[in-house]
Amino acid sequence: MDNLAELFHGFTIAVTVPHLALMAVGVLLGILVGVLPGLGAPNGVSLLLPLTFGMQPVSAIILLSSMYWGALFGGSVTSILFNIPGEPSSVATTFDGYPMARDGRPTTALATAFGSAAFGALVGVILITFLASWVAQVALAFGPPEYFAVYFLAFASFVGMGGAAPMKTVVALAIGFAVAAIGIDTVSGSVRLTMGIDELVKGVNFVVAVMGLFGIGELLVAVEEEFHARAVSSRIDWREVFRAVGRLPRHSVALLRSAAIGCWMGITPGGPTAASFMSYGIARRFSRRGRYFGTGEVEGIISPETADHAAGTSALLPMLSLGIPGSATAAVMMGGLMIWGLNPGPMLFVDQKDFVWGLIASMYVGNIVAVVLVLLTVPVFAALMRIPFVVIAPLIVIICVVGAYSVSNSYLDVVMMLGFGVVGYLFKKLFYPLAPLVLAIVIGDKAEDAFRQSMLMSKGSLGIFFANKLVTCLVVAGIALLLLPLALQLFARIFRKPNSPHTTNQEKVII
Amino acid sequence: MRGTSLFLLSVSAALLAGSAPAFAAWQPQKPIEFVATAGPGGGTDNLARAVQNIITKYKLTEQPIVVVNKGGGSGAEGYVYGKASAGDPYKVIFGTSNAWQQPLVSKVAFNYTDLTPIAAMAQDEFLLWVKQDAPYKTAGDYLKAAASGEFKMGGAQSKDTDEVLTRMIEKTGHVKLTYIPFKSGAEAAVQLAGGHLDSHVNNPSESLGQWRGATQRPLCVFSPKRLPAGPKITATEGWSDVPTCAEQGLDIKQYEQPRTVWLPGKVTPEQAAYYVDLMKKVQATPEWKDYIEKTSQVDTFLTGAEFDKFIKEDLEHVKLVASEQGWLIK
Repeated sequence: MDNLAELFHGFTIAVTVPHLALMAVGVLLGILVGVLPGLGAPNGVSLLLPLTFGMQPVSAIILLSSMYWGALFGGSVTSILFNIPGEPSSVATTFDGYPMARDGRPTTALATAFGSAAFGALVGVILITFLASWVAQVALAFGPPEYFAVYFLAFASFVGMGGAAPMKTVVALAIGFAVAAIGIDTVSGSVRLTMGIDELVKGVNFVVAVMGLFGIGELLVAVEEEFHARAVSSRIDWREVFRAVGRLPRHSVALLRSAAIGCWMGITPGGPTAASFMSYGIARRFSRRGRYFGTGEVEGIISPETADHAAGTSALLPMLSLGIPGSATAAVMMGGLMIWGLNPGPMLFVDQKDFVWGLIASMYVGNIVAVVLVLLTVPVFAALMRIPFVVIAPLIVIICVVGAYSVSNSYLDVVMMLGFGVVGYLFKKLFYPLAPLVLAIVIGDKAEDAFRQSMLMSKGSLGIFFANKLVTCLVVAGIALLLLPLALQLFARIFRKPNSPHTTNQEKVII
Repeated sequence: MRGTSLFLLSVSAALLAGSAPAFAAWQPQKPIEFVATAGPGGGTDNLARAVQNIITKYKLTEQPIVVVNKGGGSGAEGYVYGKASAGDPYKVIFGTSNAWQQPLVSKVAFNYTDLTPIAAMAQDEFLLWVKQDAPYKTAGDYLKAAASGEFKMGGAQSKDTDEVLTRMIEKTGHVKLTYIPFKSGAEAAVQLAGGHLDSHVNNPSESLGQWRGATQRPLCVFSPKRLPAGPKITATEGWSDVPTCAEQGLDIKQYEQPRTVWLPGKVTPEQAAYYVDLMKKVQATPEWKDYIEKTSQVDTFLTGAEFDKFIKEDLEHVKLVASEQGWLIK
């Protein structure tokens, strides 16, 4: 129990008045950048970075990581209230969070999301505490073929478990891959699919895509449906915050399963985005109320949020122990580490015990501070839902335009965002699922790089995907998921079961 | 309203003229944008932020400075932005040798001649790294083992500095290596630690933590002489203990990556001179020395004709490798 002793030492560093104050400041700033569109956690952390140069490294990392927690929570707020995910990893939260808020239960949706996110983060930190040395080895086992296998598994779980017609999912994935291919290709170094627009060499930013697909797309649909469901009479009820959190233990199976998925994806470097999508897909398949997913189901919020935070937290470990930043924010923090004169890597745990364990202890305390602060602000955010649609609609357009512009101060991004808005609208009208499209935009190019790197390593032989136990298991699981819908159909045909009458309803609720 | 602002403008101009030395013909009048042609956390971003920090600390200019990241397309996004801002002296672009190498091998919509060169401020060295438990102790051993033709070399990006160096090693050492491009040197370092690669050619700062953590070690440095002595990295060794590749029989005497600073094209010579002077002042501070030491780079300052000469030489060199490999775009 060496780790435990170190952890208590860490607490003596983290739980001091100046550090607690830093956490509160960091969390509040984080919530602010999380809620403000276009100012995600990476931007917020890099803006704050110069302020930390004069600080002790421990104080500096506590401030920055607290800001990260705050931003993760804040990002869920816009996903739920406005259907605009601030980070790739909170896309899956919109699927049930937004319908629930629209139905007049924004307080419940927010409180559920925050409660389950806190649970996920807690599981992630506990894992870090006990498995520090072991985790580092697991991540090292991941070469290009293993990376590809993990991404493949994430895609396959959508085709097999997404609930939409599998062919429509495949089409959405394919469009996403094409969008992800725009820009410079890592493996050949050449410029692809820029269609004569010089600026497109930078590729399509995720924020630009989701703001259009979800924010503007949803708005167009709402305008067409004469925005009847909008005038929500949500009374702000403080007790509902605690009631929602109190109801969480009833969903303990979903909580534990999602936390497990999150931790696994965090350690094996799948990342929080893949984790939240996978967790949502699997919950939809295994939950008793799975067919109501997409209409504002509690477990549809719990699953992605828990997995997202569990993965986000446990992904800090590969950053510290191996120098692999699991997310853009982690990359900025790593830059900070170098500037403070620390080098991420296995030796950090030996040379800089105070720093590492101070940080881990601060993750416990910081998340508690974040959850308290964010729950206190729920009624304030929920009140936003009472603003009438005629006010909210132009506001959403402004938010999306400003957000898209501020990604890299470019008008092209604004035009593309509006274009994605039209795509989002068409997808909804034609019952194509948006989630696989977003997933492919976010990790499509990574999957492609990993596949082609593997092919370079094996000189073109697919045998590399069956070269060891780890990669074989991942690939076989992926193929199984991919064939699941086909097998089910065959099964149904053999036993001559009539098609389930839910099919059409189900398609309608798919986001 | 207009009268007031005109008045204020002339007053501030008068004040500035009074405070500045007579020969400084141009002074910035509005906020300056530092464009890092890399994502947050990368080497180029660190440089831009370090310079920003020093300028702010010593109040080298009255104007606020903001750093923006335009790292898309391996940095092309930032250079294209610089090209589009022709004539605007409030955009300072921070990059590497990418500025002239990338247009050679891929169809990006800029060339370094679209920009006004200010200076090369630091040189990053390259080393040949292998896994800690690899059997070879010298570059010579490595080349002998690599003769099997099964060796995998990792690096950042395709047809960029890392791959150019890899092809030079192939040619000089008479071996064949499989080059596998990753998004960054840091990723390649992790892959080497996991045993998925046989070697990579990272800069010192990219693999410092890994060396200290005993997952990989440098065989030799591509530099004419050994690196300057600094603090020990491992228990027994520091950067100055790493032999040069030339002394170990891998005859590549010099290969470095300059960190470069540019203005957009069509700015006046006075404006360019102002920034050259500003960067010189930055380089004279103790914080700069600190930055150089922490990132294990070599302090240099090339500007004007010297910088031009450096670019021309490097360009010739890369062109040679690129044409041999068939990378040149038509």
